[in-house]
Parts: sequence; structure tokens; C-alpha cells
Amino acid sequence: MPKFIRTVEDATIRFAGDSGDGMQLVGTQFSETAASTGIDVNTFPDYPSEIRAPEGTLYGVSAFQVHVGSKKVNTHGDVVDVLVAMNASSLKVNIPRLADKCIIIADMSGFDTRNLKLAGYEDNPLKSQDLSNFKVVAVDIEQEVKKLLKGSNIAPKVIKKTRNFFALGLTLWLFDRSQEHALRWLSRRFANEADILEANTRALQAGYDYAQNSSLLDFQYKIEHIGLEKGTYRNISGNEAVALALVAASQKSRLPLFLGSYPITPATDILQYISALKRYGIKHLQAEDEIAGICSAIGAAYGGNLAFTTTSGPGLSLKIEAIGLAVMTELPLVIINVQRAGPSTGLPTKPEQSDLLQAMYGRHGEAPLPVIAARSAADCFDSAYEGARLALKYMTPVIVLTDGYIAQGSEPWKVPLIAELPDITVKFHDDPATFQPYKRDPETLARMWAIPGMQGMEHRIGGLEKQDIKGNVSHDPLNHQKMTELRKAKIDGIASDIPDAKILGPDQGKLLVLGWGSTYGAIRNAADIMQNEGHQISHVHLRHLHPFPENLGTLMDRFEEVLVPEMNLGQLQIILQSRYLRKVEGLHKVQGNPFTASEIVEKISSMLH
Amino acid sequence: MKTLLDEILQTTQSVPAYEAKDFKPDVDVRWCAGCGAFSVLSPVQRFLPNLNLPKEKIVFISGIGCSGRFSYYVDTYGFHSIHGRPIAIATGLKIARPDLSVWIATGDGDCMSIGGNHMIHAARRNTDLNIMLFNNEVYSLTKGQASPTSHPGQITKSSPLGSLEDAFNPASLALGSGAPFVARGIDKDRQMMQDLFEKAAKHKGFAFMEIYTNCVIFNDGAFEEYTRKGIREDHTLMLEHGKPMLFGKEMDKGVRLDGYTPVVVNLRDGEYSENDVLVHNEKDSTLAFILANMTYHESLPRPIGVFLDLERPSYESRVEAQINAEIEKYGEPDFDGLLKGKSFWTV
Ligand code: SF4
Repeated sequence: MPKFIRTVEDATIRFAGDSGDGMQLVGTQFSETAASTGIDVNTFPDYPSEIRAPEGTLYGVSAFQVHVGSKKVNTHGDVVDVLVAMNASSLKVNIPRLADKCIIIADMSGFDTRNLKLAGYEDNPLKSQDLSNFKVVAVDIEQEVKKLLKGSNIAPKVIKKTRNFFALGLTLWLFDRSQEHALRWLSRRFANEADILEANTRALQAGYDYAQNSSLLDFQYKIEHIGLEKGTYRNISGNEAVALALVAASQKSRLPLFLGSYPITPATDILQYISALKRYGIKHLQAEDEIAGICSAIGAAYGGNLAFTTTSGPGLSLKIEAIGLAVMTELPLVIINVQRAGPSTGLPTKPEQSDLLQAMYGRHGEAPLPVIAARSAADCFDSAYEGARLALKYMTPVIVLTDGYIAQGSEPWKVPLIAELPDITVKFHDDPATFQPYKRDPETLARMWAIPGMQGMEHRIGGLEKQDIKGNVSHDPLNHQKMTELRKAKIDGIASDIPDAKILGPDQGKLLVLGWGSTYGAIRNAADIMQNEGHQISHVHLRHLHPFPENLGTLMDRFEEVLVPEMNLGQLQIILQSRYLRKVEGLHKVQGNPFTASEIVEKISSMLH
Repeated sequence: MKTLLDEILQTTQSVPAYEAKDFKPDVDVRWCAGCGAFSVLSPVQRFLPNLNLPKEKIVFISGIGCSGRFSYYVDTYGFHSIHGRPIAIATGLKIARPDLSVWIATGDGDCMSIGGNHMIHAARRNTDLNIMLFNNEVYSLTKGQASPTSHPGQITKSSPLGSLEDAFNPASLALGSGAPFVARGIDKDRQMMQDLFEKAAKHKGFAFMEIYTNCVIFNDGAFEEYTRKGIREDHTLMLEHGKPMLFGKEMDKGVRLDGYTPVVVNLRDGEYSENDVLVHNEKDSTLAFILANMTYHESLPRPIGVFLDLERPSYESRVEAQINAEIEKYGEPDFDGLLKGKSFWTV
């Protein structure tokens, strides 16, 4: 069958099916294959909050989206170019996402009367005119794998479960990718289950061959190599990146690592990941509640560990009182908040950026602390590592914000060597003669640190206000003013220890798009589009939200207008306006899914006209 | 894997010959004169030299309440934390630093109310912590409200018409949560307290000590039945391992089991002898439940002493064992390899 080659810069493929259809698995396989064969990848899993919703239902659809490209793709893709739909419901819920001429690879076995009814279709859409905008490739995958494995001793249940690998084979051919990565994974995963290994291996190959021979698929995508700089790469999700960052920071600081945490979506992966690292000497406590999560971390920090706690919005609220204690006792602590849509339980599996004000101000008393936000899955590593650096250098709790989008999404990451990471040197005070618990380093204002077990420096700390330098309990009004101001000055001073905000685009002009956190990809792509069209716009993306980079104010002054797109109702906008006393325009989205580049382009265009 | 802590913390060192005064820091103790808490502080300071640990290895962690000040009053490392959380903080510290001897000063509000969740889970988990629950049956630092151990009908500032709630029985709660060491002490009996602390220190695991401490301001006399000479003999049962459960001025009364129900028998009228009386066994958890259950029964003496003293592996020792087994299995960790993961590629 002769095929055309269609060269594209990028394309988005979405695997959708029932929760039990293994879409997350093949989506991951596809993205790892793509990344390891030299094209850029950005992924996002999209699954229901029910664990196993009833089969075939609209709300039980689980999807995994992969955006691939020959240059940095930055997002998981605004619209879908190829949809794999394993049943009628997964087609129906995804129609609004499809690009014109989208290829729909549909498993006909998921479009029987029962499935059509569950999806609310009266007629089979695959046979009607409804999909005439798209290119439908309908395959009865169940029949194909049954035919393929007929006569083998493999159980029918196992055979039926190979549908996802057949679909993976199809898509690998469509994107001209080899099956090698998936085959390696299968032989590792099912090393001891020969029949499952055989069934899936053959289904994968059959899917690949089917596509090659099919008259329905008359072209193959061609995507040029991205041309990455030399190095070792892997795919990484934001949650994994956070865990590895803390591990690396513990190695770099030479302090043992401790995690105190309570399970909460979408942060739980970090706890699970860390809990499997005992062979690296890493300790954790799955605590009885969020409060014990942070308190146990404070206890471990008091004992000289690099301690961290992980949570999401509602959990951060529960930890707030203890954060005040960490501020008061000036102990190093990293608090990872994987934001989700709130308030309350909200949309627990969907991302939002609505905890910024909570992170900045959600405390009793004057209790400033550094706030950092990660912009992408891979950037979660650098951000969490920076959080650990600041916590240890300045003896302070630090809040690192990520969100469900980048925490669960993944992208290729250039793996650093621990030896090459920024320095984190911890020095405990080792001279009893000069030890005073609240004596400060004149440069950083960090207090002296001596931990239990160190001779001759026994001292008491706690939540009551402490006398400057000596650290005894003090109710002296002037001392409280002084200590409050010192704690603030210490955090403000961090501004001189962080890089200036970097401008992407001209350093002055009509419009500055200022972003933070996971909106990076969509803003970046929107800015690219506008800049390519010759518009005078620039993009700044903040990692440090408190304190701000020193140049931020003057940088904003060089633009006529500033636009802050955020997945909230204008939280950074409020902070910038009050801090710099200037008008800032907002673009607000709280729909449980990230911005698309086109939404931002539209807003920029309207502001420019 | 050596860490910075391995370098700065000496592992072998001789322990100086301390005296009680070595554990008194140079600060004023600010409890009211006559407060029961003094009667806990001084046996603590007197027993610490016997702990045979350098003082920098000892940590006192406290919560909020009058008992919360305790950590400032012992010259070791100390951490005065927030309301209800000292056990949670101590749990992290002990897991991170099994080399430390960790003591907690908490109160009936701190431990039984706002911090109740931490207390029951720490008991279940069996982290090696020594809990001193200062039970004065009232919120004292906030000036006199009903607490979870206040008795029904108790008049306090927040229950002016009498408390409508039943009281927690801390010993039963601790046993029910799986605490392997459960005891009850009483502030007036300093020698007994000192012995109790020594026993708790020896116990490797969660040691829970409820200590009746009299608040002279907001609930004075709450424990008089068990402390005043001439009365207490008939109202307390001093538990001693291996000894029959006798009490009374003349030690002529005993506790006997009728079915599963403890009853008081008189040894003078000839019907029962010492042989009919229960013999205390600190290793018997069923008996411990029965003894704890005697609390608040008008007709029964109040048991004081060690209810249960069992050993089972502490949480932090299990953590260490799991880590060691993993390192044994996989060898020296390769951190750069961890960062790379299993599916990596090179460009
Ligand atoms: S109020 Fe009661 S408990 Fe508090 S210090 Fe005074 S006597 Fe002791």
C-alpha cells in the first residue's frame, strides 16, 4: 500500500477509553518512545476521580494526551490531531477537542449496542455523517486480536486486554516510530508471565502491521528531530521531579532526607515515590493527618534532617498553624503544594493556581516565607531544589507551588549529575562558647543552627516569641517588633540571592505577558505566535513569587501594559498591583483545565487593538 | 552512606556524672506556687542522671497548656511546640534521630482533645517516645474550662451548670490504641514518679504515663481522694508486678475477679484470703484493660502504677531494619542512577 508522508512541526494524539482499558499505560509507552527517538514530548493524563467508574459510561472515560513536535512543544496540545477511541463514550466526550480533519482510530468492538446506549448515541456515529469533518479509521480490534491469538492457549480474558497494545502498534506506525521501547518494556514487565507477554507482543506487532497495510491510513507523519543538546534524557512528571530534587538536595547538603506526608490527590505520587527509596537511606512517615505530616517534618528538621512535606490545597490549609511554628523557630522546611481546583474538595483531579494567596499570606501573625512556583514538569526539579537551597541557607520554611497539570504531566528532562548541581552547604554551629540560638549570620540573617546531640549547646526553641540573640522566651514589646522585622528582613533579603527576571522578547514595548507556574507552556506558545506575526510583545515567567526578583518593577515599567494570565481569578494580579502600584490586566480561567495558547493569543490581540 | 550528621555527632562518649542540678536551666519556673507540675519536674530532674545518657542526647518536647512550659525547665535540648502537636513533632524527630531520648510533656487538653489523633496513632505505631500526660482535669492555661477528662457534672467556667460530657479514661484510650507501656502516676508521690520515669526510659517503644497533677487554681483537690493521707489508702490500688492486689490502711482489702468484673473483697471476715486476690502481671494485656477499666468506678480503688509493660519492635527500629535490609539487598546506592531512572536515552 503506497503511503504519503506528511511532514508536520507538531501533532497531538489522545488515547481515550474506559478506565480499565489501559490508556494511561499505552499513552506513557507512546510518549517514552517518541521522546527516546528524538522528538519533543509533553503529556497529560486526564482521568476521572472515580477509581473504576462503571464500564462504558461517559464519566468513566480515561484519557492520556501526548503532544509531539520537532521543536519544544511546551504544552500537551490545544487540539487533538489523532484520537484513539476505544469505545463510544470516549469518542463522544472528546469530540469538542478534535481538530478539523482529526484522525479517529476507533475500536468498533466498543461501539456495540450496549456501548452506544451508555454513550447516549441512537445510531452508530462511525456509520453516520456526523463525523464527516474527521477521518475515521474503524477497526474491530477485539476481533483482530482474537483472530490473531486463535489456537493459542492464552485465556480469552488476557486476549481481550491486549486491545490497547494493538492500538499502540497502530499509532506507532502512524508516527513512524519503532516498537522497540514498548517491546523492551513488555519483556521486563511480564518476564514471569509468558502468555501475557506473548499476547501483548503479538498484538503490538499486529497493530503496527495493520496500519501499514490498511487502505484507510494513507499517510504517515514525519516529525524532524528536535536536536537536543548532548546529554542523558528521560521523561519525567512533575511529581517525580519534586521527589528527585529533594533527594538530590539531600545528597548535596549531606543531610538525611525525611518526608512527612498524608495522601492527597494530586500530590500522593511524591509520597509513594519516596516511600520506595529505603535502599537510598531515605525515611518517610505516612502520617495520621496533614498536620502530623508537617509536624513530623518539623521534628525531623529540628533533628538536622532536610525535611519536607507534600500536600494539595486543603492540606496546606491544615498545615498553616505549623508553618507559623516553623517560621517562629526558624527551621528549614520545604512545603510542596500541588495545587488543585478548590475551594474545599472542588475538582480534586483538576489543576488550578488558586493557592497563591494562601501560600503568600495564609498565616496567622506576620509570617513571611519564600514562595516558588514551577513552570513545567521538568522545572519542578529545579524549583524544588531551589526551595531546599533557600530553606537551608536562610533557615526558613519555603512553599513550592506546582499543580495537577505539571505534577502529572511529563516531558523530557536532561538529567543532571548531582555533582554539577548548585551548591548547598550546611554548616552547623560547632563552638559552644559562641553559640546563641538566635544569633544571626550578618549576611543572610539566618540564625545559628545546632541540633540535639551536639554537646554544650543545649537550648530550647518554640512558638513563643524569643529574645533576640539569646533565644529565651520574651514578652518584651520592643523585642517582638524587632524580631518581627528581622524575620521579614531575612526573607526580603533573599531577593539579592535570586536571578533577575528574564525577559523573552524585546525588553520594552507595548505589552508584557507576565506568568507564573504551569501557564508557562501556553503563554510561551502564544507569545511565539504573536512575536512571529511581528507584534511587540514580551514574556516574563516568574519562578520566585516571594520575594520577587529585584528587577521586576523596573522591567514592568518598560511596558505600556502588563497581562497576567492565571488559572484563578487574579491572584498574582492583585499582588503585583499592590506591590508596584500599577494597573495590571488579568486573564482568568478556572475550568479545571489549562489555558490553550489560542485563548491567550486572543486576549493579547484584543489588548493590542 | 555517611552524612554530615555522622561527622558532627559523636557516637561514643563517656557520660558525665550528673546531678539533678545539672538539669536545672537558669530560668525562673513560672507555675503557680503549689502546682502539681512542680512535683513532676523535680523527679524528672532527679532521675535524668540515672538515664546514663549525655544530656545533649535528651530532648523534651511540649505542647500548649501549663504543662507546655516544661520543656523550658529542663536543661537539655527542648522544643515548646504548638497546641496538640508535640507527639507529631516528636515522632518525626525520633524517626530521624533514633539516637535521642525523646520525652513529651503534654496535658489533658493538648493530648486528649486537640492532639488526640496524634496520641492514638503514635501508640499504634509504637515510636519510642515517653509521654508524660499532665492530667489536671481542666483547661488551666486558658483559665478554667472543662477538658476531655473533666468528670460529668464538673463545674467549670465553660460548664457553669455542670459538664454534660463523660470523661476520657486516658489509660483505656492508650491501651485501646495499642500502647505497649501504660502507667498512671500521681504528683504527690515523688519516689513513685521517679521509678516510673526510669521504667519508661528503659522501655523501648511508646510509653504512656498519665500523671494526676493538681491545679491549685482551677481544679484544686481533684485528686484528694488519691493523695491525702488517711483517705488515699482506701481509694488507691498501688500496682506492683507479681504482687497481690491489696489495699486499705491495713492492707486488708483486695481486688478479685468475679467473672470478668473486678470486685473488692474484705480479707478480714475470713471468706476470702490473699490467694483469692488478683496478682498483678505487667505483661498481661487483658489484665491491663480490666485494671484501666476500674477507673471512675465509685466502688473500686483507683489503680496507680504500671498497667502494662510489653516490648515489641519500635517503629523507628523497623524503619532502620527496612533500610538496612534494602541496602544489603541492593548495595551502596547510586544516586545519579536514581535520577536517570530505568528509561533514559542519550543524545
Ligand atoms: S493554673 Fe493550675 S496548672 Fe497552671 S500553673 Fe497554675 S496551678 Fe499549675
